[in-house]
Amino acid sequence: MATTAQRHEQAHPTPAKYAAIAVILALITLVEVGVVYAGVGGLLLPILIVLSATKFGLVAMFYMHLKFDHRLFSALFVGGILLTTAILIALMSLFRVFFS
Amino acid sequence: MATATGALPRFLHRPTTYNGIWSWVVTVDHKRIGVLYGASALIFFLLGGVEALTIRTQLMRPGSTAVSPDVFSQLFTMHALTMIFLAIMPLGVAFFNLVVPLQIGARDVAFPRLNALSYWVFLFGGVLLNAGWVFGGAAGDGWFAYAPITTSTFSPGPGMNFYVLGLLTLGVSSVAGALNFVVTILNMRAPGMTLMRMPVFTWMALVTSFLLITAMPVITIALIELGFDRFLGTNFFNSAAGGDPILWQHLFWVFGHPEVYILILPAMGIVSEVLPTFSKKPLFGYPFVVFSGLFIGVMGWGVWSHHMFTVGLGAVANATFAITTMLIAVPTGVKIFNWLGTLWGGSLEFKTPMLFAVGFIALFIIGGLSGVSHASPPSDAQQQDTYYIVAHIHYVLFGGAIFGLFAGIYYWFPKFSGRMLNEGLGKLHFALMFFGMNVAFGPMHWLGLDGMPRRIYTYDTAMGWDFWNLVSSLGAYALGIGTLVFIWNTVATLRKPHDAPADPWDGRTLEWAIPSPPPIYNFREIPHVHARDDFWHQKYTEGADGRAVPVPRGGAHQPAAQYGQGHEDTHGIHIPGLSYFPFITALGLGTAGAGIALQQTASLAGVIVMAVGLLVLFFGAYGWAFEPAGPEE
Amino acid sequence: MATASAPAAHPETTTGLDHRKLLMWAFLGSDCLFFGSLVATYLLYHGKSLTGPYPYEVFNIPYTSVSAFVLLMSSLTMVLALAAIQRGDMRGLKIWLLATALLGSVFLGGQYFEFTTFVEHGLTIKSNLFGSTFFTLTGFHGLHVTVGVIILLSFWVQALRSKIKPEQHLNIELAGLYWHFVDVVWIVIFTVVYLVEAPNIIT
Repeated sequence: MATTAQRHEQAHPTPAKYAAIAVILALITLVEVGVVYAGVGGLLLPILIVLSATKFGLVAMFYMHLKFDHRLFSALFVGGILLTTAILIALMSLFRVFFS
Repeated sequence: MATATGALPRFLHRPTTYNGIWSWVVTVDHKRIGVLYGASALIFFLLGGVEALTIRTQLMRPGSTAVSPDVFSQLFTMHALTMIFLAIMPLGVAFFNLVVPLQIGARDVAFPRLNALSYWVFLFGGVLLNAGWVFGGAAGDGWFAYAPITTSTFSPGPGMNFYVLGLLTLGVSSVAGALNFVVTILNMRAPGMTLMRMPVFTWMALVTSFLLITAMPVITIALIELGFDRFLGTNFFNSAAGGDPILWQHLFWVFGHPEVYILILPAMGIVSEVLPTFSKKPLFGYPFVVFSGLFIGVMGWGVWSHHMFTVGLGAVANATFAITTMLIAVPTGVKIFNWLGTLWGGSLEFKTPMLFAVGFIALFIIGGLSGVSHASPPSDAQQQDTYYIVAHIHYVLFGGAIFGLFAGIYYWFPKFSGRMLNEGLGKLHFALMFFGMNVAFGPMHWLGLDGMPRRIYTYDTAMGWDFWNLVSSLGAYALGIGTLVFIWNTVATLRKPHDAPADPWDGRTLEWAIPSPPPIYNFREIPHVHARDDFWHQKYTEGADGRAVPVPRGGAHQPAAQYGQGHEDTHGIHIPGLSYFPFITALGLGTAGAGIALQQTASLAGVIVMAVGLLVLFFGAYGWAFEPAGPEE
Repeated sequence: MATASAPAAHPETTTGLDHRKLLMWAFLGSDCLFFGSLVATYLLYHGKSLTGPYPYEVFNIPYTSVSAFVLLMSSLTMVLALAAIQRGDMRGLKIWLLATALLGSVFLGGQYFEFTTFVEHGLTIKSNLFGSTFFTLTGFHGLHVTVGVIILLSFWVQALRSKIKPEQHLNIELAGLYWHFVDVVWIVIFTVVYLVEAPNIIT
């Protein structure tokens, strides 16, 4: 159910908060590049996936306001993402990307 | 977008004509767009039917040379594409347009101009897909166009180019239309119309729309990759460069199986409306029917590799997809039992729509059972690429989808034309279709099990396939005669004066509460909905024995005085303004597509046509964005 | 749902949400499948090229990191443009819209330079599977950015001519949603196309 907080668009963050998010996004990007050059071996892929998913989530939640907006918007977007991910994983399994 | 209108050139003012041919070009009324969709789809249905009859004529006798092998390949390819993309899908969309806004108590769809764009893009896409006939041969590599035979090495002609561009264009139309219906159904329901009070047809329209917006992008990418291989020399399906033709099969069927449900769910929705009306009972197990539809929509994404059991994906993959495929038969079976439960104990009235709906159940069960028989990989290996598959798809798509859609045509024709179709001719039509369908497609089961491959040009009499091929062709002619009866009935009825009451079938949903044909604004007052089958509850109450008893003050077949329809004062009802731009934008898109498709055969002319098309497209989109909101006062 | 709290005679919409915003989110959900299919093709063909140039021979991770950073920061300027119009600050709107369009253009310029460099290294859309999948995926992303820049510049010109009013902040919000989506797609591409390749380049 939509709570009052969700319907009040005034709950949007302030420009200062937007800038803080940008700083976090920039830092994560730095860490990503740093991890790549640090040479963490087999851990690279999982670390990169977590870091980029965090960036994705921050942009979607704060800049696209999904955190404050109606749940239906999140459902439409997350539904598309989940379906895409499921098909991607299924196709990669069928092409034996994981167990070659 | 409200911009200042004073400085605009005359052309940019919104058109105001509600009469003549131009009024159809600039219309944004969902009912007129629905009629355009339906009429175009029926014309394409006739074209696909002529192609089918030519195929059956060629196969009627062994060693026949009625058409050349090359033309035969084009015929079976274009027959499938025409029936799937240009007949069944747009007929479903025609009913979405006509019926959904009325069932949810709305005055139009959420984006009327986008809706007009969907139609015009569909029309130009259909023309593009068929343009190969004129430019040296239509697509002839089968409707699923397996690489590598579709690469320019093996298929140099323009047919595959028109396939790529035609389907891409149709994809744009489908996504635009489906996005519109998602928003319309979620956001334009009348007060009180909760999701679980929505008519099942509207529910199935919603599920189908979600399938369209998610499945179409996948085929779009597959087509872009194929197009790039053909036009730009990329290597997506070029095995000499390491490309994998199997990827095309995967991408095609990732789209292709949800597409199967895109074809059948609207028909299931129609049947779920027709059966309760002519049984005088509510739909049995409404939540089960709705959730089965949703479950089918989700599960439809997890079964695609059953089209590829013989590719050699491995035991694990085959077993997985065999299990999911058998599982998806469960919700379909649930629906069938619910339809039978609706009939059980009802006061059945076998008018033509009801006959087609009951025919749908019977034939769809046969098609479903043959489908389950190739859900098992070893069994499928025997049936793959034989006439058994042809029998199966025609039982589900002709016996299923087309019968369901005909039920819808007979059911809603009075509502939108204001005229009752002739019952006698309707029953004759049904009889010829039911008979012809089983005679034409039934024998294909045993021809297939006897080893007759699908898409074969001709066969030797020593194969022993003569008799059943002859029978099948005669059945196909019966279907042709049945279609002629339908056309006769329709044309004759349209020449009669209006004679349809608002509620000819004693209907249950809101569209029967307003006059036939509905006024342009549909509902003078937006209805307030208090129950599922709200209109029925206005007419009937439950007696002591549980039977429906007419409400004293009204009763069945009352003149539709609901929602203020008696008043002529329609001042203050907002009607969306007419617009040139959907047509112009679609024309630009179609022209650009034709230009691209002609690149290989006539490159300079192709480039010019493409450039002109893009200019028109840009002009249309720009004019659209800055079009004033409504007619200037 | 939301209708219960709206006693007005004609609630605007069933859910209380704007039609156009709902359309945009449904479209973005659909566009996920579009890019997902392109990414799937890229990943399935990864390492399957029979001839070079291979990714590790052409990629320049520091260069791409900078352009990824530029696009990421354009999301900040975009959301600041929205915040500006929502508080009625039309001057701020103009500045941040232009900034976003410029950052987007810098990204596109970077992509153009990257593509030409690759072509000089002998990598074209025809040369191998990597070329076909890489240029198609990043090219369609670039096309999305281009459309976004055109939309932003159109709004900027409208704002310059005072044709856009503070009440029309939804227009900017919708353009922003599209823009942020294009940005998050690049977050994915940057990771699965470029960064995972880095160990091969360094060693």
